[in-house]
Amino acid sequence: MPAFTPPPLPSDDKRWKIVNGTMRKNGFARHALIETLHTVQSSFGFLDDNAIRFVARSLRVPLSQAYGVATFYHHFSLKPPGKHTMTICTGTACYIKGTDKLVAAAEKRLNIPQGQTTKDGNISLMTARCVGACGRAPVVLVDGELCGQMTGEQMIEQLERWAVE
Amino acid sequence: MTIEELEQIAESTRAEYAKYDHEINVCMGTGCMSQHSDKLKNTLAEEVAAQGKNVFVRRTGCMGLCAAGPLVLVDPEETLYQHVKAENAKQVVAHLGGTPVAELQCNLREHFDQQVHVVLENSGHIDPEKIDDYIARDGYRALVKALTEMSPNEVVQQITESGLRGRGGGGYPTGLKWGTVAKAGGDLKYVICNGDEGDPGAFMDRSVLESDPQRVVEGMAIAAYAVGASKGYVYVRAEYPLAVARLTNCLRDARRRGLLGNNICNTPFNFDVEIRLGAGAFVCGEETALIASIEGKRGTPKPRPPYPAVSGLWGKPTLINNVETFANIAPIVRKGGKWFASMGSERSKGTKVFALTGKITNTGLVEVPMGISLRQIIEGIGGGVPDGHTFKAVQTGGPSGGCLPAELLDIGVSYDALVKVGAMMGSGGMIVMDDTSCMVNVARFFIEFCMTESCGKCIPCRAGTAQMHTLLTRICSGSGTMHDLDLLVDLCATVKETSLCGLGQTAPNPVLSTLKYFKNEYIDHIVNKRCPAGVCNIQPPAPDSYDPACAKQASTFEVLA
Repeated sequence: MPAFTPPPLPSDDKRWKIVNGTMRKNGFARHALIETLHTVQSSFGFLDDNAIRFVARSLRVPLSQAYGVATFYHHFSLKPPGKHTMTICTGTACYIKGTDKLVAAAEKRLNIPQGQTTKDGNISLMTARCVGACGRAPVVLVDGELCGQMTGEQMIEQLERWAVE
Repeated sequence: MTIEELEQIAESTRAEYAKYDHEINVCMGTGCMSQHSDKLKNTLAEEVAAQGKNVFVRRTGCMGLCAAGPLVLVDPEETLYQHVKAENAKQVVAHLGGTPVAELQCNLREHFDQQVHVVLENSGHIDPEKIDDYIARDGYRALVKALTEMSPNEVVQQITESGLRGRGGGGYPTGLKWGTVAKAGGDLKYVICNGDEGDPGAFMDRSVLESDPQRVVEGMAIAAYAVGASKGYVYVRAEYPLAVARLTNCLRDARRRGLLGNNICNTPFNFDVEIRLGAGAFVCGEETALIASIEGKRGTPKPRPPYPAVSGLWGKPTLINNVETFANIAPIVRKGGKWFASMGSERSKGTKVFALTGKITNTGLVEVPMGISLRQIIEGIGGGVPDGHTFKAVQTGGPSGGCLPAELLDIGVSYDALVKVGAMMGSGGMIVMDDTSCMVNVARFFIEFCMTESCGKCIPCRAGTAQMHTLLTRICSGSGTMHDLDLLVDLCATVKETSLCGLGQTAPNPVLSTLKYFKNEYIDHIVNKRCPAGVCNIQPPAPDSYDPACAKQASTFEVLA
């Protein structure tokens, strides 16, 4: 059996080297699929078809399996994120303290349902299943930064600030 | 590494800190960090330098009382300050050695006095990124003791004697599990630490990993020695970046100190640990799904047997325990199984960490001996329901647990007592609800969670939770019928009995427990078309309304049933 040579990088974008590094560190083993997709997501912000194909070929996993894994786990996103992201925690503690109202208010203000990005690509509205800061509920992640005891007004204020940027 | 070398490190670390007149501990867990306690620590350090005081400012893990953050603990006086802002730094430093700053002082004696800290003994006292801090507080003594003085069999015996049961929720006796893996054949075995704390409203594992990661690694190493494994994995949620960072740092330090790697303590024992990141799937908390995820596959469970103890990761015998279980190991080995068994109730030994959240005054992390009553936790330690509202229910065990009413507050917290009343221990989330929460809506929330998190492998869970959600949504909107309730009960039984894994088998629990204790709320929604808590938006029904979609769904049900 001829020795396996991994496929060439899709482009000379430096981020592919980081992705390739993760796979090399794991000896291009099939079980590194999730690790590698994590690296793609953290480097590119999302997983596009090109990336999934490249990773699947490099790790010699069927494309169906790579796509299956990418769509199974909530953490992986197949769409590019907006410039800013408002992530509202909808874990139990936050729910009891009324994050459903925060989600409704944000949806109304941005005119998009949760999980989507505004048409101008400026703001993504996401929900999270518990970020583990329940002691500070309700919790919102403003561009990844955790803000506790959030009120509707504070959140809308932040959205307004992003909207006029 | 020998006991003497450990003692030497501990001595020099303690001597180093003894040079200072005071120590200021700043909580840098996720809760306090969200209120910029990192900046507060810098400001305090600058202030100490400016006022020329001989004080050490330390970053620590969670101190527990997240509601009062950012928290600052001044040693040796043990003065606890709450809601400390950067502008208070000057005052705090100026008052060192004198009378404490009265307006910042936290006087919640009853909150702390009723707790017993075993797992959290170092949380809030050590810098989680410094291995020497851990060693100075008896860290790694248990590992060295196990490796040099005990046989693997003796370690398993101590754990069995302690009566420790799995802290992830199931409550399987840990000693029994270790014994099974130890007896399994083959020279390649694995130890996995389950840190996939998917249960919304629970954050014990995050806190332990952020505040005292070395303790978990030490527990894993002892387990590996006892069962004959040489490789370990910690599976942590990607949503916990701080825990991942501190754990990564902790593994590096442990390798440098020779406490992980080859020939640990000059014995033939080799062990190393790798981190695997979860990717946001609740079902991966189930052990066979977690193993699939580490193997790089979709996290779907497998039928058991074979149990992972016999055939787990890559088909090899695998020991899986929860973060908190591993965190209990070092003290048990150090102080003996009998010491641990002296705490707690008859069939649930030791202590349990709970994440106390929801409508309660002192939200945060508490550790109490097993057998303590729910009332003591909620009204004593938790400080009761705030803002003049009345207590309605406490939810334990997350989406797999149940909602318990005020009448049951006097039961003692233990695995068996909670199961008996229709809830479960779970990983330790405890969410308090007051009269502003609608129990039907809460049941719908949990079923929605289980519906979206169902992996889809088995039909009862995939289709059953979706149908339960439809029924509950209908009841919440005021268009439910009493027949829907019967269907719901029927469906709960089917899903519970026939699902493949724990997710489906326990998904009906929130519905069943609310039906048992809060049936009048369901009836209010259906018969009186009103939501007692005023949460559900019930429109008065149009006359003779016939919803073909609902009728169709109902008939699909009968076919399924």
